[in-house]
Amino acid sequence: MMDRVRIALYPLVGVAVIVLAWQLYTDAFGVSRIVLPSPLDIWRASVRNAGLLARETWPTFLETVLGFALAVVIGIPAAVCVASSRVLNLTLYPILIATQSVPKVAIAPIVLVWFGLGMQSKLVIAFLVAFFPIVVDTAAGMRATPAGLMELARSLRASRLQIFLKVQFPAALPFIFAGAKVAVTLAVIGAVIGEFVGSTSGLGNLLLSANSQLDSPLAWAALVWLSALGIVLFAAVSLIERAVMPWADRH
Amino acid sequence: MSAQVARESAAGAFGRFKNVRQVFAQPGQPGMVAIDSISFDLQPGTLISLLGPSGCGKTTFLRIVAGLIRATGGVVEINGRAVTEPYADFGIVFQQPNLMPWRTVLDNVLFPMEILGRRDAAAVARARELLVSVGLAGFERSHPAQLSGGMQQRVALCRALIHAPRLLLMDEPFGALDELTRMEMQDLLLRIRTTTGATALFVTHSISEAVYVSDMVAVFSKRPAVLADYIEVPLAYPRSADVRYSPAFTDLQYRASRALGITR
Repeated sequence: MMDRVRIALYPLVGVAVIVLAWQLYTDAFGVSRIVLPSPLDIWRASVRNAGLLARETWPTFLETVLGFALAVVIGIPAAVCVASSRVLNLTLYPILIATQSVPKVAIAPIVLVWFGLGMQSKLVIAFLVAFFPIVVDTAAGMRATPAGLMELARSLRASRLQIFLKVQFPAALPFIFAGAKVAVTLAVIGAVIGEFVGSTSGLGNLLLSANSQLDSPLAWAALVWLSALGIVLFAAVSLIERAVMPWADRH
Repeated sequence: MSAQVARESAAGAFGRFKNVRQVFAQPGQPGMVAIDSISFDLQPGTLISLLGPSGCGKTTFLRIVAGLIRATGGVVEINGRAVTEPYADFGIVFQQPNLMPWRTVLDNVLFPMEILGRRDAAAVARARELLVSVGLAGFERSHPAQLSGGMQQRVALCRALIHAPRLLLMDEPFGALDELTRMEMQDLLLRIRTTTGATALFVTHSISEAVYVSDMVAVFSKRPAVLADYIEVPLAYPRSADVRYSPAFTDLQYRASRALGITR
């Protein structure tokens, strides 16, 4: 327990030092708050606009979570298919890699044309960004089943479905969660990209409009809230991971 | 070098192995002969050790009997049935415990029953009994990561016994354990055999282990493995650690080590 507190303390101290140095720097050199607002400026903007920020966080949160959820729901079964069939693997995997190499920022305008300015287009971009790490890690996990466990199942004449449900899938869970943690932070980026390209709400939208009005403290406040959103979602996935795989924590 | 010893016998053998041969294909080269013309019989209720140097093909032989690989040639029959694929009424203990980290000890032991669709109250009761018999009472709800290597291998032993298999196949099950744990496990195996009367094949590269736990020791030569000797172990049961220091035990060890080419 003591260890946990201490481990949490280190990054907090690090952040405090950086924030302090930043504050001192902007104060000492009289840096314009349009160029670089001080931490205090950002804090004040954050408090003053708390209602607005909270309101704009909601659509971004929804876009991210729904896009991520879609990536999980489609990505995991897709990876299972790719990993269990040689034909599918040879057919789909190269296509998957190829699509991944297309920059998502470049697709965003096209997605907007298809899905409009509303939430759908952001959700789709968040999904596209989150999909890849989930598929790749799940597929890797499916292939990494310990040979001994496969042999054990085979020696008992387990069916393919039994092997999948009772051996391969649980064995792949640590990989799946590793992919999901990367994916959920990427999904935030996807949602913001979508909002940048065209939107009427969301933290990305707020950031852009604050920036265009040279309200840098508010733009930075939106940025801080975005990071907080990413951290909270990452922590949520980690919590689910612990709940689903309590054994992984016991050493 | 040493004469090929083959025990042919009697009708009513539980396992019959005749001229078993395994050749592994190698791309662009002639096949590698892993084992060649291995013949012996396995009587019901007996334990035969397969003793040989590392990499000699004794594990290959066990895998053939388990139905995990098919022999290139020869006859492999268990209970009058040619072994061509795994049979669910075999219990296998591997070199590694191969436990599932996500399952509790009890659920690991019950895994075969789940696969066979026979996980019921009686199975759970039997799993608990087995765990008690190997000294793991109170660990039913632990996870494998919380157990030592020896404890994990005991769980694996329970898992191999849970469906009351007709044949127990053990592939150097104690090879990864320290000397003291190993000796404990050998005594445990002897106890289990008296209670279950299981017929078993036991792969090991330890001469003393082979002599201590077996009714017969089949000595495999270096690759390609042939049967270098087939030694009957007439030591009385129940066996205890004292027997290790008897002249009869030493003689048997000496004979086995001669067959292995260690002593002349």
